[in-house]
Amino acid sequence: MRFKDVFSIIGPSMIGPSSSHTAGAARIGLAARRLLGVMPEVARVSFYGSFAATYQGHGTDTAIAGGLLGFHTDDPNLPDAIELAEEAGMDLTFREGKGLFPHPNTVRLELEGAGGRRLSLLGTSIGGGNVEIVEVNGFSVKFGCSCPALLVRHRDQPGVIAALTAALQGAGLNIGGLSLSRMERQGEALAVVELDGEAQQELLHLIRQLPNVLGTDYVNINGEEEEPHELSDVEGAE
Amino acid sequence: MNFRTLKELSERCKESGLTIGRLMLQQQARESGRDESVEFASMKEYYGIMKEAVHNGLTRDTTSRSGLTGLDAQRVAAYNENSQPSLGGETGRAMAYALAVSEVNASMGRIVATPTAGSCGIIPGVFVSSQERFDWDDDRMVEGLFAAGAIGYVIANNSFVSGAEGGCQAEVGSAIGMAAGALVELRGGTPEQAVHAVGLALKNTLGLICDPVGGLVEIPCIVRNGFGAVTALAAADMALAGVRSVIPSDEVVQVMLEVGAAMPEKHRETAGGGLAQTPTGKKLMEGLRKKKR
Repeated sequence: MRFKDVFSIIGPSMIGPSSSHTAGAARIGLAARRLLGVMPEVARVSFYGSFAATYQGHGTDTAIAGGLLGFHTDDPNLPDAIELAEEAGMDLTFREGKGLFPHPNTVRLELEGAGGRRLSLLGTSIGGGNVEIVEVNGFSVKFGCSCPALLVRHRDQPGVIAALTAALQGAGLNIGGLSLSRMERQGEALAVVELDGEAQQELLHLIRQLPNVLGTDYVNINGEEEEPHELSDVEGAE
Repeated sequence: MNFRTLKELSERCKESGLTIGRLMLQQQARESGRDESVEFASMKEYYGIMKEAVHNGLTRDTTSRSGLTGLDAQRVAAYNENSQPSLGGETGRAMAYALAVSEVNASMGRIVATPTAGSCGIIPGVFVSSQERFDWDDDRMVEGLFAAGAIGYVIANNSFVSGAEGGCQAEVGSAIGMAAGALVELRGGTPEQAVHAVGLALKNTLGLICDPVGGLVEIPCIVRNGFGAVTALAAADMALAGVRSVIPSDEVVQVMLEVGAAMPEKHRETAGGGLAQTPTGKKLMEGLRKKKR
């Protein structure tokens, strides 16, 4: 089921004019902001398909900027987000992307933040403000943002997923969705776990300590922003 | 959710003795793991935003940033008040309210996507005008929104609700079906009648392309919301009178999927065809480009 519940149909509460081109874009921007963990200093935004054709008229660019600033879909400051991002020192550029894209409403975000944090993310806006993230740092993924998601970068070795799911079980968290993607056999891999509840910091810390886990990122666009999380790459180097 | 089709939805209601709205509330609470009262309160907040949008659209300057649209709801409301509208006052009010919310959306005001922003006027137009007319309380309207949501949930998961995927039929068409079915229930019709209203309504919008001038959610989106509210009232009346959708509503949803999938890209929100590419549509788009520079 692409649409999970009643509020994916009635809702979100949002600033117009378009649920897919404005609210969905804001949510993709917010998901990226939460994954990066800090406000991006550099943001390269590429629009594809219908997004590329109509992003100015729909304020898709404004909405992405708003999401990157941490705004929700109904933030009254959303219409001024580009100016606010520039005032905040964000180097923001928009372009029309070339090549194949997975959905008529697709955007690629390439972000850089303090401390060398980087994120490349491909997001699609599937209607009514609902979104699907389909690529993170080169890994194919598929998760909506209707519930919290945990991204665990790990080495493709036996037992990693078992240890991960055991840790989640220990925290009493139910898994709503689970997908795996790897660069190559026994190489670097990414697990995306959609959760029915919120993960606490202690759990994230516990998962980071598991064998063969290189780093974790946590994204929950429905809650308030957490403290900046530890950087995956630094974790991996430990 | 314990239903995937409109037929299953109607059957689950029959088995449980619940209305569509009550069943959806129960299922929503199960899905989220939260109490029904929490889910109900969230929806009630949304209804408040819808009423506020109706009010804002009738009282504030809703001129859009492009300058192409705005204040039509107030024109229609004044005409309803001071003249003899062809539709009759009650229906005219639903139309004016739907236009009002759509104009608030186009002028970057706050609305609730139902199911999308492009179609955000239809459900508030039908709901708020009916509430005033029949003197229903807010809680009843909120149950109605759960009913509308249940219908939209089925349509969205079996077809689509975005213009970029399936054309305007997917947005405005879905909203009309949702509003029609919910209104049948609000007026005391059975779940089965509500489901017939959905099929009747959807058949009237099959094939509707998404061709916004300049890619903006303005022309023709806003007037289609006004028309949509009127059509929803008509479909609800037909269903309440006993008119049935001979082609079952689930099959009509499948037709929407078939038609939308076959729709050329230029007619799916890209502003590459339809009204957007008429001589006037192109001229307006060119004007906007210059304004932007």
